Amino acid sequence: MMKPGTLILHVAARFLVPLQLLFSVFLLLRGHNEPGGGFIAGLVASGAFALYLFTFGAVMTRDLMRIDPRNLIGIGLFLAMISVFPAWFQDQAFLTSQWWPVMLPGGTEIKLSTPLIFDIGVYFTVFGSVMLMLVALTETEER
Amino acid sequence: MQLSVLVIYLLAALTPWLYSKHKARTPNLLALLPAALTLWFASHIPLIASGEILVHEYAWIPGLDISLTMVLDGLSLMFALLICGIGTFIVLYAGSYLKGHQDLPRFLVVLLSFMASMLGLVLADNLITLFVFWELTSITSYMLIGFNHQNAEARKAALQGLIVTVGGGLALLAGLIMLAGAGGSYSLQEIFNSTEVLSEHPLYVGMMVCLLLGAFTKSAQFPFHFWLPNAMAAPTPVSAYLHSATMVKAGVYLMARLYPELGGTDLWINTLTSFGALTMLTGAFMAIRSTDLKKLLAYSTVMALGTLTLLLGLSTELAMLAFAAYLLAHSLYKGALFMLAGIVDHETGTRDVTQLGGLRKLMPVTALCTLIAAFSLAGLPPMFGFVAKELLLESLLEGPVGLLIVLMVITSAILVVAVAAVIALRPFFGRFIPQARTVHEAPKLMLAGPVVLTTLSLLAGLLPGYAGHYITLPASMAVAGQPVDGYLSLWHGFNLPLLLSVISLATGYFLYRYWDTLRDTLRLFNPLIERGPEAGYFRFMQGIVLISEWQTRVLQNGSMRNYLRTILLTFIGITGYTLFWRYEVHWNWDLSLYLHEVVVALILVSAAAAASITRSRLGAVASMGAVGFSVALIFILFSAPDLGITQILVETLTVILLVLVLFRLPGFSSTSTPAERGRDAFVALLTGALMTLLIMITIDVQLFPSISDYMIENSQPLAYGRNIVNVILVDYRALDTLGEIFVLALAALGVYAMIKFRPDTQPGANHYAGTLILPPKQVPEKDIVHSLDERQQMKAQQQKAQAQMDSQTKETH
Repeated sequence: MMKPGTLILHVAARFLVPLQLLFSVFLLLRGHNEPGGGFIAGLVASGAFALYLFTFGAVMTRDLMRIDPRNLIGIGLFLAMISVFPAWFQDQAFLTSQWWPVMLPGGTEIKLSTPLIFDIGVYFTVFGSVMLMLVALTETEER
Repeated sequence: MQLSVLVIYLLAALTPWLYSKHKARTPNLLALLPAALTLWFASHIPLIASGEILVHEYAWIPGLDISLTMVLDGLSLMFALLICGIGTFIVLYAGSYLKGHQDLPRFLVVLLSFMASMLGLVLADNLITLFVFWELTSITSYMLIGFNHQNAEARKAALQGLIVTVGGGLALLAGLIMLAGAGGSYSLQEIFNSTEVLSEHPLYVGMMVCLLLGAFTKSAQFPFHFWLPNAMAAPTPVSAYLHSATMVKAGVYLMARLYPELGGTDLWINTLTSFGALTMLTGAFMAIRSTDLKKLLAYSTVMALGTLTLLLGLSTELAMLAFAAYLLAHSLYKGALFMLAGIVDHETGTRDVTQLGGLRKLMPVTALCTLIAAFSLAGLPPMFGFVAKELLLESLLEGPVGLLIVLMVITSAILVVAVAAVIALRPFFGRFIPQARTVHEAPKLMLAGPVVLTTLSLLAGLLPGYAGHYITLPASMAVAGQPVDGYLSLWHGFNLPLLLSVISLATGYFLYRYWDTLRDTLRLFNPLIERGPEAGYFRFMQGIVLISEWQTRVLQNGSMRNYLRTILLTFIGITGYTLFWRYEVHWNWDLSLYLHEVVVALILVSAAAAASITRSRLGAVASMGAVGFSVALIFILFSAPDLGITQILVETLTVILLVLVLFRLPGFSSTSTPAERGRDAFVALLTGALMTLLIMITIDVQLFPSISDYMIENSQPLAYGRNIVNVILVDYRALDTLGEIFVLALAALGVYAMIKFRPDTQPGANHYAGTLILPPKQVPEKDIVHSLDERQQMKAQQQKAQAQMDSQTKETH
């Protein structure tokens, strides 16, 4: 669906979606030390697609997303649950965080951890939930 | 021992896979496990008979004192043997009985799960674990009774059984918690070993009432007996296993288990003996009225359960001996009789004894087994049932009970003899009544169970010393909680019990001869029975439906404003009460403000005011947006960037959502009257004022040292994160977040469902939602929607009818 007379919006949406998605990933990853985190990043990501949704409609947004928002929710909850198990297998209290620092060539240290997996789970759940509602509402609009 | 339970669950999980490999041979393979477990438990008989108790400890949730510790003593050993032993034959029997049934794998899964749960129940030492297994047996029983789920009667019976037993289960949980509180431990062993005298505890009566409610509902004691005969809607293997040999004895097991702690008081004796005797009489009386083989057996099971309760109530050493013997005897003959009744049903297609006769030539083995098992039921020598009945009468005559109860017991004994005669003689002897099918002997696998069980019945009766020494004596010792002196024998000499036995046999046989006339006479009681406990159950269920309808009308009337008002007024009531009556309000906050703070606050207030007085929806949305962004500004001013960002993003998305919704809404059909507006304003102002006060006080009052300091200090060293908000979300309070994202996901799915799935049925289609729990005939069958397919069919039919109507109207024009 193309709405006539929205050239600027069209162009902006095309360029803003990747940028905003990138920004959301940035927010997600830096969240442990600077303002950000899975919840905020998830909202930013859904903001990106919300803009696209307004411009191009539900069908094209679904095409662009490739994954059904319902599955995004599933992935998110799955990741969040996955992060529970490492502590469990080591006989520690439920949800105790585990850290696996990795040295990259060039001296950069990356700290992989269960809170990171958990946060990514939060990201996908929030993202999926908001998109599910928005897409469903737009689809009834278009019918 | 934990492994024995776990292994059965595992096997249950693997059953569908096994079935896809081995098809009809699966039940035979599955039966190997309970058979092996029977041998394993049997190998402990000598140890337990020598007075030892086997304890396998295993911590489950130590923080909550919940363990998976399992204990094998005389009582649990006897139950474990019955569960695994009879279970083996039931699995074999079910394989033939349901041969080729498309849902056979599902049946086997649930049957094995039940077996594991029941085994867990009798082995568990921890009260909570016991309760978990208890409920699992209720749930698996529900699924098994409702196995023929296309049948509305079966569903109704399953739900009835579930509601009665789980309702009792709730009382049981309360009782167990009281017991643990009074006894100082959740472990049965520890409660038993503690010096605390529970019968003098102030909670004694309360806990006893709750525990007995649980036990009585499960074991179908009067006035909860009605669910058991209805549960006969289940396939016969289920009736044989759950509803005679094992599950219904769980209540009796619990009472026996708790006897050392709770038993022996006047309250215990009077309650148990009177309810037991009443149940006996009800069961025997209802049995003699029935003509359906399974109903006859079901009511005689009710009678047997009453007997067991009565024996526990008697609280003497002899009664405990009789209890164990009677329990064993009953499980052996009743399991067999049910399986035999199933065979007759399977071969002839009817269970109505008045339609059966002269089958002994066609099914000789079945006839012989039924005869032997029924001998045991009637208490004829040399069956084990006779030994048990002699003990019952002896302990009854010695026991602390009045003449009325003795008379009730003897009457039921007479009636049961007649019932046994009906079961054994009617279908097999007399004139042959031709059947619709060609009748022949049942397959070997179906006969295996009855043959073995009746042989055991006979052997135990012929050699009562062995059965007594190895099985029932250790069990009665476990019940009594102290060494019991006694032995079982077939011949007790010429005494009063023997005389009573002879009298009851003679009278019982006499009643059997005139059974048809007797049944006609007993029809006089029909009006009384129709007003019995089952009618009470249906009235109770109707009451629940009425109450829920009423409260749905009041609370869920669909008006958003009503919901809000209810929520806010409740909040004002409860929080206001606590605030003013529990705490003192101090008015000492300092009001040193900066100019920019005042400005933001003013914007906030005026935006809120604008939202509440505007007449346009768009205006309201815009004003609420302004409120939201001002709040975000406040977050940022007070250095909470995370909250600020979140607030802005949420506001933005809210506006997008509202825009999507806004244009779909119809115009206002009416605006509220000034009086309504005044009322709403009052509620709003009150809520606002209360909230303000609350915040003022929370700033002022510090009841506990704040946890923030700990979080700030440890955020970097322990959680490797400098952003404390995020660390709280994903680490300190990750469990909360986990719950929250699940709620978020559910809410999103709920919204999705509301948008996507419009109600395609007529308004009020949900009116019959409570159909299953209402009495029969309340709802016309055509109105009950059974499945999705059916609903689609109905829809198609409606459309067809509509199309016909349309074409007719066209023609007339």
